[in-house]
Amino acid sequence: MTAPAIAVTALTKTFSVRPVLRGLDLAVVPGQRYVLFGGNGSGKTTLLKCIAGLARPDEGAIAIAGLDTRRQGPAARRAIGFAGHDPLLYQDLTGLENLRFYGRMFQVDGLEDRIGAVADQLDASRFLNARVRTLSHGMRKRLSLCRALLHDPPVLLLDEPETGLDEEALALLDRVLAEGAGQRTVLMATHGLERGLAQADAVGILSGGRIAYQAQAKGLDAGAFRQTYHGYLGAAP
Amino acid sequence: MRDFLLPIMTIAWKDVLLELRTKDVVTSVLMFALLAMVTFNFAFDPSPAVIALVAPGILWVAFTFAGILGFNRSFTLEKENGSLDGLLLCPVSRDVIYFGKLLGVFTFMLVMEAVLLPFFAVLYNLPVLDLKLLLLAALATLGFAGVGTLFSAMAVNTRSREIMLPVLLLPVASPVVIAAVESTRAILEGAPWGEIGRWWGLLIAFDMIFLIVSSFVFGSTLEE
Repeated sequence: MTAPAIAVTALTKTFSVRPVLRGLDLAVVPGQRYVLFGGNGSGKTTLLKCIAGLARPDEGAIAIAGLDTRRQGPAARRAIGFAGHDPLLYQDLTGLENLRFYGRMFQVDGLEDRIGAVADQLDASRFLNARVRTLSHGMRKRLSLCRALLHDPPVLLLDEPETGLDEEALALLDRVLAEGAGQRTVLMATHGLERGLAQADAVGILSGGRIAYQAQAKGLDAGAFRQTYHGYLGAAP
Repeated sequence: MRDFLLPIMTIAWKDVLLELRTKDVVTSVLMFALLAMVTFNFAFDPSPAVIALVAPGILWVAFTFAGILGFNRSFTLEKENGSLDGLLLCPVSRDVIYFGKLLGVFTFMLVMEAVLLPFFAVLYNLPVLDLKLLLLAALATLGFAGVGTLFSAMAVNTRSREIMLPVLLLPVASPVVIAAVESTRAILEGAPWGEIGRWWGLLIAFDMIFLIVSSFVFGSTLEE
């Protein structure tokens, strides 16, 4: 039996005295695009940060393609591409210098060609030589997506990727996700119901620190799901 | 070995490139250190006896406080736009990030010292082009940068990091500063190797212990 691409077991995370995740379980099968919905403060970002190795879980286990993120951290992180709220780029370096830096850290083969390919994919080539400090939010977001895709990760974690992107960039992102369909596992947190449902193979709602609801997207009634979602939004985070 | 060394060099080179691009730290640190040396030069009667007594202290006070400014900036840059998270996402162990940051800070401090030492020699009329003194500078700087890198990573997540760093760092790094001052004084006075050597022994032991301990605990200071 194939191991889940992302397996989260009994994950608990507390900030000060406020529990954010309370024994959360989640399994995303390889190649699946799992879209996670949840209100503000429901713990979507914390979950993605724990999976990416940016936050330390209090309890529970996380495995990426069978690799335990605590004991086999570097190998697990090699399999992950992460794009969050911040672009994670150095402002006084150019986009190209940033991508070269991350490419070397991930030891990407044929780095210059790969940078050219991802930059073309996200239409970022025209501002690669500008310092990040001088770029608009949307341009930085595109570069951030280039950074996340640079090492061709089998697992992609996206935290509200649509924020700050114009229609053209959103279309490019949709195309990138569509091109990886069935091959690249995607776990995406979003507030955008329509866009999220359109991208998803499976959906989940994070509420009360757990996955309170999940379903396959195929055949899901959008109206009924909207009602379910709003029901959870009214519940305590 | 390549998996260990290549990312360390990559992180250090990135820090050097950022500094070359902005020149934020070099300018402020050199100005501060030069000002300290010049001020002390006017504060004391520059007789050979007084200089022999106070000059080693002045030199290491300038290096120490200039280094603290550099440590602060090194991790503030990482914090901007969450680049520190970008480093943590890389498929390397946390000690590799520690050694990469350390190498960047160590290089920066050595360059700063190479610029400042000739000024020190001219201001205080002391022979600083001594191999023993240069080796001492490298040894003490390594230990100081080793603990400085760890504590600046701790302090960067606190609200008053500029104050927190010296409060955390100086008590722990005081053996390095004391050994460096005493050893510099002994070298400048032409003391026998036995007297210099015992301070070097302390520095080598400090460097080894703190580099190993810091590399182990560095990761837990960075994750939320």
